[in-house]
Amino acid sequence: MKPETTAMPKKSAAASMQTGADVLVEALIEQQVETIFGYPGGAVLPIYDALYRSEAEFEHILTRHEQGAIHAAEGYARVKRKPGVVLATSGPGATNLVTGIADAMMDSLPLVVITGQVATNVTGTDAFQEADFMGITTPITKHNYQVQSSYDIPRIVKEAFHIASTGRPGPVVIDIPKDISAKPCFETDQSPFHLPGYQPTFKPNPMQIKKLGEALKKAKKPLILTGAGVLHGGGSDTLKTLVERFEIPVTSTLLGLGAFPGDHPLFLGMAGMHGTYTSNMAITDCDLLINIGARFDDRLTGNLEHFAKNALVAHIDVDPAEIGKNVHTHIPIVSDAGAALQEMERQLQTGPEDHQAWLEELHYNKDAYPLWFNNPPEGMTAQWAVKKIYEATDGDAIVTTDVGQHQMWAAQYFQFTRPDRWVTSGGLGTMGFGFPAAIGCQLARPEENVIAIVGDGGFQMTLQELSVLQERNLPVKVVILNNQALGMVRQWQEEFYEERYSESLVSCQPDFVKLADSYSIRGVKIESRKDYEEQIGELMNYKGPVLIDARVIQQENVFPMVPPGRGINDMVGVKP
Amino acid sequence: MKRIITLVVQNRSGVLNRVTGLMHKRQFNIESISVGRTEQEGISKMTFVVDVEDHRKLEQLTKQLNKQIDVLKVTDLSEKAIVARELALIKIVSNAGVRNEVQGIIEPFRASVIDVSKDSLSVQVTGKPEKIEALIDLLRPYGIKETARTGLTAFSRGSQPQSAELTQYSLLK
Repeated sequence: MKPETTAMPKKSAAASMQTGADVLVEALIEQQVETIFGYPGGAVLPIYDALYRSEAEFEHILTRHEQGAIHAAEGYARVKRKPGVVLATSGPGATNLVTGIADAMMDSLPLVVITGQVATNVTGTDAFQEADFMGITTPITKHNYQVQSSYDIPRIVKEAFHIASTGRPGPVVIDIPKDISAKPCFETDQSPFHLPGYQPTFKPNPMQIKKLGEALKKAKKPLILTGAGVLHGGGSDTLKTLVERFEIPVTSTLLGLGAFPGDHPLFLGMAGMHGTYTSNMAITDCDLLINIGARFDDRLTGNLEHFAKNALVAHIDVDPAEIGKNVHTHIPIVSDAGAALQEMERQLQTGPEDHQAWLEELHYNKDAYPLWFNNPPEGMTAQWAVKKIYEATDGDAIVTTDVGQHQMWAAQYFQFTRPDRWVTSGGLGTMGFGFPAAIGCQLARPEENVIAIVGDGGFQMTLQELSVLQERNLPVKVVILNNQALGMVRQWQEEFYEERYSESLVSCQPDFVKLADSYSIRGVKIESRKDYEEQIGELMNYKGPVLIDARVIQQENVFPMVPPGRGINDMVGVKP
Repeated sequence: MKRIITLVVQNRSGVLNRVTGLMHKRQFNIESISVGRTEQEGISKMTFVVDVEDHRKLEQLTKQLNKQIDVLKVTDLSEKAIVARELALIKIVSNAGVRNEVQGIIEPFRASVIDVSKDSLSVQVTGKPEKIEALIDLLRPYGIKETARTGLTAFSRGSQPQSAELTQYSLLK
């Protein structure tokens, strides 16, 4: 009996005493966090303990690598339009997140990344699992914090979620030393936060919209370019209304796909390095280019000397630093894309007065120079395989990809008719992104079909996350467009390095069907057109997860293409 | 072109790292930095002299600086009428024989001797960078043992002249 009586007060003290970690968990509950992607370790033990003890209904997704956790959080954030939350330990746990943080920074995805840090009394001594995560992440975060006292935790968490999800979204890191999360916390700062240095402009200056309206009225060759900003700003519906009212043709960046319906007669297809002939020529010839929420990335613009050189450029962006960064802008509009589109809808009464010839020219181009691919009777091309997925699902799916040939083909042949259905690593171009991102998408949208279209190279970078599919029975469909090569590298070596295929042909691979089997997941290898055509419908509608090893022809290249350094009007591989 | 840029920042850990990292990433050459507290608690002021290629790059730099959460205000002082000063400490070789001579040199610069030892003498001077350069040049023949400079710190004058007259007040034009 005696030991129990001495144990009793200890226990009750522990129950009433909040640690820094408990304060953190409470702050996350206040932010209505539902899902955390993470991986435990020494410096976050107190936080994992607090999660264990918490009665809140958090869903913690244990990935099998921190990189998987952060890419899953990116996918989650992209389709849910709210911050993805990641939790990892200090040192290697934190550094394994770096690729994902940089990826989220480039593609403006809201993340709150919580990392453990060694205890404050050993900070700076090269302690076990210590890495200067503030130093490492400063250039790749929208903002980062190292918690100095548990008193600050509620305020910092509030600020972090606010900063991550407002203005131009981005990743925010909160680094928490182990002693701060472990020790009791007696008092916390519950005051509302105040960020005098962070006041993002949300609404446009009405005068600038008026100017844009006047330019639009005079334009003979107007063109709208949509970027991911339209999706972040929730402006798709307003955009469609405006475009249809004034009959303005629309092109898109890679990340903007889905902002405007891909099957709409006024949509010209994606622009840029692997964009459609119609879109790239429209940018070259237009006299008014209205960029809504795109950042004029070099893969879109090609050589800037030849980019939209006849056009008056209007640029709507929530981040003022993007305006005028790469392309000279005549009508700058600092605003959330959704808010700017609403203001346009309110103000603009008349559209272009004389642009029928332009529309006819573009329609002619669209019919005369469509996307094309080789379609031999034997064997599958990856483009054909993507098209069949599109047909089998009726386009009703969220699609994720890595970077490379399969990404471009998915962008070209899967027509995104609704927003937030396309999740790809654009700016950073991260291999291994697509599959874990699909896990995040499926968790965010359990009712949707989620398809990860990946290459054999990228999939092998994060395939350990098959465990998560198995564990959670997530019905993600993974389609490996397997050409036994790093396709885009191979393509560039063919085109620009006289076919010296240095380290890009990878014939040694695991048996993907057996791999799937070892995770108790259905795996299918398909080598012929006939089998693919017969099975793809059933596979896409299968109730559980599926891994499809689709063997596609290695020698296919992505066309059309703007060779590096050239203007976007200078394309190769355009066929009438 | 050289620009003087001042930042009003929240005095939080990592803010200097964020600002200098940003300049490094965009390949701006930092000529000098000076940082200090202001009259408001928790607010610091940084003065940068940077070498910028052209106006587009400059615009990009100020916009990127403005984006930082802890940066409250960015001002490009280069084309304003400003007061700008730097402080330098110069230690030269000197014995009793040359002390008077040195005194004569530094006097027109309104510099002062702040430390004397058997074989050295330390001078403190305040002014624009050119003035400091000039004094260092004059002292060089005596043998300079060590110099330490604070970097430029600056703010705009109480009243700004019409823009047409600006050049004569501006430091860098």
